[in-house]
Amino acid sequence: MYPQLILIPKVRNIVVRFCGDSGDGMQLTGNMFAQLGAELGHEISTLPDFPAEIRAPQGTLGGVSGFQVELGSEVYTPGDKADVIVAMNAAALKVCTLGSHFNHPQAHFDDEFALYHRHAIVIVDTDSLADKDLEKAQYHTDNPFVELGIPESVQIVPVALTTLTKEALKESGMDNKSILKCRNMFALGLVYWLFDEPMEKAIHLLEEKFKKKPALVAPNTKVMVDGYNYGNNLALSVNRIRLEANSQQQKANGRYTSIAGNRATAFGLIAAAEKAGKRLFLGSYPITPATDILHELAARKDMNVMAVQAEDEIAGICTAIGASFAGDLACTTTSGPGLSLKSEAIGLAVMAELPLVVVDVQRGGPSTGLPTKTEQTDLLQALYGRNGECPAVVLAASTSANCFDFAYEACRIALENMTPVVLLTDTYLANGTALWRIPKLAELPDIKPQSVPEELKGHYNPALRDERGVRYWAFPGMEGFEHRNIGLERDAERGTISTNPENHEIMVRARKHKIEQIADQIPELKVINGQMVNEQMVNKDTLLVGWGSTEGHLHAAANELGCDLAQFNYIMPLPKNTRDVLSRYQRIIVCELNTGQFAAYLRSQFPDLPFEQYNEIQGQPFAVERIVNFVKKSEC
Amino acid sequence: MEASQFKSDQYVRFCPGCGDHAICMALQKAMAQIGIPTHEVAVISGIGCSSRMPHYLNTYGFNTIHGRGGAVATGVKTSHPELTVWQMSGDGDCFAIGGNHFIHEIRRNVDLNVCVFNNRIYGLTKGQYSPTSPKGFVSKSSPFGTVERPFIPAQLVLGARGTFFARTLDVDMPTTVDCLVAAQQHKGCSIVECLVNCVIFNNGTHAWIADREQRAEHSIILKHGEKMIFGKDNDKGLAVEIDPVTFVPKMIVVPADDPRVLVHDAHQPDTTLHRMLALMGQDRYLEVQTDNVQGTKEELPIALGVIRNVEVETYDHAVNLQIAEARAKAKAKTFDELTATLESWEM
Repeated sequence: MYPQLILIPKVRNIVVRFCGDSGDGMQLTGNMFAQLGAELGHEISTLPDFPAEIRAPQGTLGGVSGFQVELGSEVYTPGDKADVIVAMNAAALKVCTLGSHFNHPQAHFDDEFALYHRHAIVIVDTDSLADKDLEKAQYHTDNPFVELGIPESVQIVPVALTTLTKEALKESGMDNKSILKCRNMFALGLVYWLFDEPMEKAIHLLEEKFKKKPALVAPNTKVMVDGYNYGNNLALSVNRIRLEANSQQQKANGRYTSIAGNRATAFGLIAAAEKAGKRLFLGSYPITPATDILHELAARKDMNVMAVQAEDEIAGICTAIGASFAGDLACTTTSGPGLSLKSEAIGLAVMAELPLVVVDVQRGGPSTGLPTKTEQTDLLQALYGRNGECPAVVLAASTSANCFDFAYEACRIALENMTPVVLLTDTYLANGTALWRIPKLAELPDIKPQSVPEELKGHYNPALRDERGVRYWAFPGMEGFEHRNIGLERDAERGTISTNPENHEIMVRARKHKIEQIADQIPELKVINGQMVNEQMVNKDTLLVGWGSTEGHLHAAANELGCDLAQFNYIMPLPKNTRDVLSRYQRIIVCELNTGQFAAYLRSQFPDLPFEQYNEIQGQPFAVERIVNFVKKSEC
Repeated sequence: MEASQFKSDQYVRFCPGCGDHAICMALQKAMAQIGIPTHEVAVISGIGCSSRMPHYLNTYGFNTIHGRGGAVATGVKTSHPELTVWQMSGDGDCFAIGGNHFIHEIRRNVDLNVCVFNNRIYGLTKGQYSPTSPKGFVSKSSPFGTVERPFIPAQLVLGARGTFFARTLDVDMPTTVDCLVAAQQHKGCSIVECLVNCVIFNNGTHAWIADREQRAEHSIILKHGEKMIFGKDNDKGLAVEIDPVTFVPKMIVVPADDPRVLVHDAHQPDTTLHRMLALMGQDRYLEVQTDNVQGTKEELPIALGVIRNVEVETYDHAVNLQIAEARAKAKAKTFDELTATLESWEM
C-alpha cells in the first residue's frame, strides 16, 4: 500500500471551500464533509455562500454557489482563506480566484481578494473547462489558469471529474443527467482521501443523508469510493494532510451534533415552551434569511407548535401578540425589512406589557439591500426603532450553536418580565453550522412565567405589578380576571385609559424600570483572554469589543494580538459590570459589521470612556487578518 | 344571562346620538342571549370610534392598534379555539389600513364574529372620507369632493370567499341582536356590517332606510326559509328576472302574491343570489345622492338580516386538528425525544 509509506503532515486546522454551480450540490457536499469532521471530534464552523439568484443559467458567474468550512482543534470562524478549493466548473474557479473582483475584466489573482491563499490546493474539474464553459464564465482566452494569473505556488490538481463519474456509473443503468448529479460525490471522495478520512464512517454518513432516497445510496457510494481511490493515483503529485486529534480542548462530555443557527433558534424556542409549560405560537411571514425557522417550526406539530404563516409581517407579529394575550409563549421571526414593518406592533406589546419574542435574522440593508448576505445593521433599529419611549430587551446570539441558548433566554426573559425581547442573529449564524452539545431539558434553567395571585380574583386590573415592577399576567379563560388591555396609555393604578400628564410620566418610567431591573437576572460580562498564538507582545491594555456573530473572528484576532475580548450577548440591558470591565483598558476597540452602531450605543451609556472603532460593511463576516492589521497599525 | 352582566364599569364615551350606542346595547343583549360566560369571551379591536367597544363590555378585551384587530383576533382564536372571539372594527380600520387582515381572516375562515361599523367616515380623527364614502363626498380631507370609487363591503366579503354576511342598522335593535346571535352561532368568519350614523361628521348617511317612514319601503329584512316580502303593507316581493338579450339576471320587485317571489336560502353555497341580494340599493352609496330620504326613482330595497350563512371548515379547527393528529402519531413529543432523533455522537 504505497500511500501509507508517505509521512502525512499534521496540521491543527484546515479550511476547505467547495465551489460549483448552484445545481452541483455544493451545500450538501460541504455539509457532509463538515459533519464527518465533527463526528470525528473536530470543531467546525461553516459558511454557506449562496448566489443571489434562485437558479442562474448553468455555468455562469452569477450561479456560483460556495460552501466553506474550517475543521480543527481550535476553530473560531469558517476561515479567512481556503487551504483547499474544489472548483466544479470554470465559473467557480474564477470566483474563487478573483473573489469579489470576479466581474472586473482585467482582474488577476490577488492575495487580498482571492478566496484561497497562495499555497492552497485547487482541485478543478478539467471536463468543465471546454470552450463553451469558458465562454459562459466570461473568459477571454482558452487557458483559464494563465488568464487568472494563479501563482505557481498554488497546487492545481486537474481531475476529469465528469469523465471519471461517468466511468464509475457506466454499468449502473442510470441516465446521463442522473449520473452527472453524482459528480459532487467524486469530489467529496477525493477530498476525504486528501485528509485521510476513514471511509467506513463516510459511507455511513452518506447512507444517512440519502435515507429518504434509497435508490441513490449505491451509485453515490460507488462514486465517492472511486473518488477516494482515485486519490491514490495522485499520491505522487499531491501531499495528503492529516488533522491533529482534538485532544487539548476542554470540551464538556456529552452528545454532540452539528447545527445551523436557524435550527438552533427554533430548538431554543421549543425547549423554552416545554420548560415553561406553555404552548409555542409562531406568527411569521417568509423572509430571507429567517424563513428556515418558520420551516422548522411548521414541521414541529409533534411538539405542539402552532405556526401561522401570516398574510404579512405585521400580521405575523399581531397574531403572535394575540396568542400572547391569550396566554401562550408567542414568537415572531423576521429579518430587517420585516422588523421595520413590525415596529408599531412591538410598541403595542411594550404598552400592553405582553411577553413576546421577536427574532431578527439580520441581513444586508437598508431596504431590500443584500438579502442573502450578513450584516449587523439592525442594532439601533432593535433598540430605538419605535415611536414614543419604548424600551424592549435586546439580546444577540454569538455562535450558530448558542442561537439555542439565547432563543431560550429570550423566552425566559419575556415570560418572566412581561416584555417583548428582540433576539438578533444574522445570515452568518443562521446558515452557518457549528458543533452543539445537545442539552437535556432538565439541565436548562427554570422558566417561571409571570402569573397572578389568586387573591386578586375579582379585583384584577392590567396595571397591577409585583415588587419587581412586572405586571401580573391574567388571560382569557381565567374566571374573575376579566380586563381590558390597551395600546393607549393606562392609568397606573386602575389600568384603564388615562391621558393624565403625571400618570403618563409615571408609566413611562415604570416601563423603563421594568427593563432595567432585568440586569439583576443576567450574567456579568466575562472577558475572553487572547491566547497569544504567535507569542507576540502581550497587549493587555487593549480590549476588543464586539457583539453578536463576530465572536469567533474577534476571538481569533484577540489570540493573534494577545489582547482581551469583551463580546456582548446582552445589549439591553447591559450587564451590570460593563463599566468596570471597559474602564480597565486604555484602548477599547469596538469592532462591528456596520458603521459603528454599538460604539454609538456604548458612547451614549459611558460618555467618558474612549471608544475606537473598526468597521466593515461588505455583507461578509470579518476577516481575522484585517482586524489584526488594523489594531497593529493603529497602535500609537 | 342578563345584558347587565356584560356591561363594564366604564362610562360609554360615544357622542350623544351616535349609532354605536345602539350596537353596544345590542351586543350586550346578544351576548346575554348566547349565554357564554364573560371570562370565555374576548373582544378585540383596532382603532376608531367602534374600536372603543371592548372597554364597555365586561369580558376580556384588547383595544390594539389601527387596522390590526383582525390579525390579533386571528392569533387569539387560533391559539385558543375554545374562546369566543369578537372583533370590533369600522370602515376605516377594516377596509383601509386593515384591509389585508380583513380579507385574509375571511379567506381563512377563522371562527370570529366581526362587527364592522360602517358610518362612511373617519369619526375619531374628526371627519375624513373613508373607503365607503360615496364618490364626490365632501370632507375635511376632500374639500373638493372625493374622486375615489368606494368599496361595497358585501362585495369585498363575497370576493374573499366569505361564509357569513349580515347587514344591520343601528336603529333596528331586534334585527341587530338577531344578526349578532346568528354570527356567533355560525362556525366561521362572520361579518356583520352594522350601518351606523355619525351624528357629528356624517349625519343622516343611512337616512334612506333609517327614516322611520321610509324604512319599510326602502329595506327588506331577509330571513332564512321565508319569502322575500317587504313594504309598509307587506305588499311587495322580490323575484329574479333574466334579461332575454344579455342573459344577465336581475332582481325585480313584484306583487307579494306573485308566484315568482323568492324564498331566502342563506345556506346556499352558490353566491350568485346572495351577491344580487347584498348589492340591492348599494349603487345609492357609490356616488353622493341628493335625495337621501325620499327618492324619486324606483329602487330595490336594501337587504338587512343574514344574507349568507354557509358552513365551511374553520382555520382554527383545521390547524389544531392537524397538530392533534400529528401528535397522536408522533414518536417524539418532547424536546429530549426530539433531540434524540438527531444524528449525533458522544464526545
